[in-house]
Amino acid sequence: MLRTDSLDKSFTLHLRNGLRIPVLHDVNLAVHAGECVALTGPSGAGKTTLLRSLYGNYRADAGHIWLRHDGAMIDIAAAPPRTVVQVRAATLGYVSQFLRVVPRVPALDIVADAARGLAPDVARARAEELLLRLNIPRRLHALPPATFSGGEQQRINLARGFIGRHPVLLLDEPTASLDAENRDIVIAMIRAAKAEKIAIVGIFHDTTVRDAVADRTHDVTPLQDAA
Amino acid sequence: MNTGYNFAYLDEQTKRMVRRAILKAVAIPGHQVPFGSREMPLPYGWGTGGIQLTASIIGPDDVLKVIDQGADDTTNAVSIRRFFARTAGVAPTTRTGDASIIQTRHRIPEKPLREDQIIVYQVPQPEPLSRLEPSRAETRRMHALSEYGLMHVKLYEDITRFGHVAISYDYPVMVNHRYLMAPSPIPAFDNPKLHMMPALQLFGAGREKRIYAVPPWTDVRSLDFDDHPFRAARAPHSCGLCGATDGYLDEVVVDDRGGRLFVCSDTDHCETRRAAGHTGADALAAE
Amino acid sequence: MSEDTLLSASRLTLRFGAVPALVEVDAELWPGEVLAVVGESGSGKTTLLNVLSGRLRPQSGVVWYRDPEGRLHDVHAMPLPALRALHRSDWGFVHQNPRENLRLGVTAGGNVGERLMAQGSRHYGRIREEAIGWLRQVEIDADRVDDLPRTFSGGMLQRLQIARTLVTHPRLVFMDEPTGGLDVSVQARLLDLIRSLVSRLGIAAVLVTHDLAVARLLAHRIMVMQRGRVVEAGLTDQVLDDPRHEYTQLLVSSVLQA
Repeated sequence: MLRTDSLDKSFTLHLRNGLRIPVLHDVNLAVHAGECVALTGPSGAGKTTLLRSLYGNYRADAGHIWLRHDGAMIDIAAAPPRTVVQVRAATLGYVSQFLRVVPRVPALDIVADAARGLAPDVARARAEELLLRLNIPRRLHALPPATFSGGEQQRINLARGFIGRHPVLLLDEPTASLDAENRDIVIAMIRAAKAEKIAIVGIFHDTTVRDAVADRTHDVTPLQDAA
Repeated sequence: MNTGYNFAYLDEQTKRMVRRAILKAVAIPGHQVPFGSREMPLPYGWGTGGIQLTASIIGPDDVLKVIDQGADDTTNAVSIRRFFARTAGVAPTTRTGDASIIQTRHRIPEKPLREDQIIVYQVPQPEPLSRLEPSRAETRRMHALSEYGLMHVKLYEDITRFGHVAISYDYPVMVNHRYLMAPSPIPAFDNPKLHMMPALQLFGAGREKRIYAVPPWTDVRSLDFDDHPFRAARAPHSCGLCGATDGYLDEVVVDDRGGRLFVCSDTDHCETRRAAGHTGADALAAE
Repeated sequence: MSEDTLLSASRLTLRFGAVPALVEVDAELWPGEVLAVVGESGSGKTTLLNVLSGRLRPQSGVVWYRDPEGRLHDVHAMPLPALRALHRSDWGFVHQNPRENLRLGVTAGGNVGERLMAQGSRHYGRIREEAIGWLRQVEIDADRVDDLPRTFSGGMLQRLQIARTLVTHPRLVFMDEPTGGLDVSVQARLLDLIRSLVSRLGIAAVLVTHDLAVARLLAHRIMVMQRGRVVEAGLTDQVLDDPRHEYTQLLVSSVLQA
């Protein structure tokens, strides 16, 4: 489903006199349908950078990111922006660590808006179901999540990521601010997604979660600063 | 006839210039044609545009009728009639049917006009969009591109505020499906007479230096909405003198106790009817 | 220009005296897509908007527009009546200051209905009904339909302008700082409204803003302008999260975090 090919990524900080920070070098990663790969490595090693590169959020310097989209393999690293938008809409889901949404939109609508190919009322019903499953009480559904706690926001974010049922799902610390009960629910959801043949790449600091869902790990090793 | 002036006051070159403008105006129905309006021996607002038109088309054999608010005997009408009697020596008349040229301010005669007649309107403001769009450059562009949505906004606003279009005179019309035109301050009641009129209609604005025209048998529609069609309103009375129920009426206050009388604004129409034996409810009281 | 682009500009150049307002700017827009143009004051972004919309003629370069029938039009070679007709129907323009676009002496209903009447609608009841429907869509109470805009707040005026613009179901809307000059709370509401209207109606938009947060929430793609040049362009989150050009990095790092 997803394969990287000699992926390189560095950052150049023009405001720091052009300081260049290499983060990823020659990354080769392959994920199959129904498989969950956990990215491992110390903090700052570039796990999130890799995940964001896979999503097309960061632009790779060299190498390819091949993804099966609409029956063909597409290189996210070289695709024009419009294609990336289409890939994200149809194939590639992403759950970030932080919820970033338009203010004032109710939680339920945020989740329902992320559904793909569903009639609005079906999408809302499905969103409600997901939120309840994630222990977001009904009284919060109509409220914008800006004032929610960190854990609640993360669960909104998860509901938003899972409702789309994208064939490939990227998870950045999905359980970081969740209690044990909610963590177990998320584990169950990830397993269910795998059963639906969804390919998952994730960063899980919580080893319980990692052991529970990951089929294998991919080690991201820190690079020495070249500058 | 005063021989100190050229025939009909204007010099022949000026008449040619005005006639060229008339020809252009007739060729483009409803379009305002600029012309070199001359100083006339009466103030702006008293019919300088109409007089120049009449002076340019009148000949020694013409029969001229001049009305102001429908009446032949009001100051403006009398002055203009005398002006042409002195400068052109033409025969004046008050009878609509006898006239070959009718110069008018604020009315169209009740008696239907014929193909061999010309009616000349005095126009204070030729631009129908003037009160909505202050820029003349912009209104010219709107005419050129036939962008008249703004005029309908005005009608929309009237219906919203008053329940009907609150324009009682100078009610805007579309000429020949192309140009929006100000029919001069005639009552909206007279608007239907503009449509398919057999006579040539000429409009002159002296101060604003514009001439426009509606050729005979031209389509002239008053603007309206499908669900608020144009209605030619008139006072719900009959003429106190001749009993007419079809003509436009003036309201005349007859005493200081609130007494009032509705009479035909078209004096010729009223007199013709009375001569034929029609009488209204107030005919004796008014005598 | 590819098969299905809605608007396509190439090598637009315009100088005001010695000041370069646009230098060799290319831009493309697809149906249903929101393109943000960001940059500081004087970077040429509003000039670009005016050139793309045909309001300002470039010294060189061309802007193509594809009409619903698939025909291409050179925006700056179109006859004026056709361009104005386009601006009244298929296109819309939302100004930063709604007072520039609205008729303050005309009721809200008349303001919304004007474009319909300009297109030939001649049924008062239906025009009014449509106007009320649009007021609802932009969250203005239906009973304000007969009120004059001068009794409206700034946020309401902006929403009224949007209703007035969208009433003809344009395919392409040009927006010049639509949330500029509004209170933050009002801004949020307006952003949400624009976002949902644009996505629900499938409208393409070129959005000029100096506010990167606005660009992030509304735009699929972004163009960063500096001194009349496009210094960086791409996916909105790519450019904002992984800025490459020095100027973009400066812009992104200059944003205050609330």
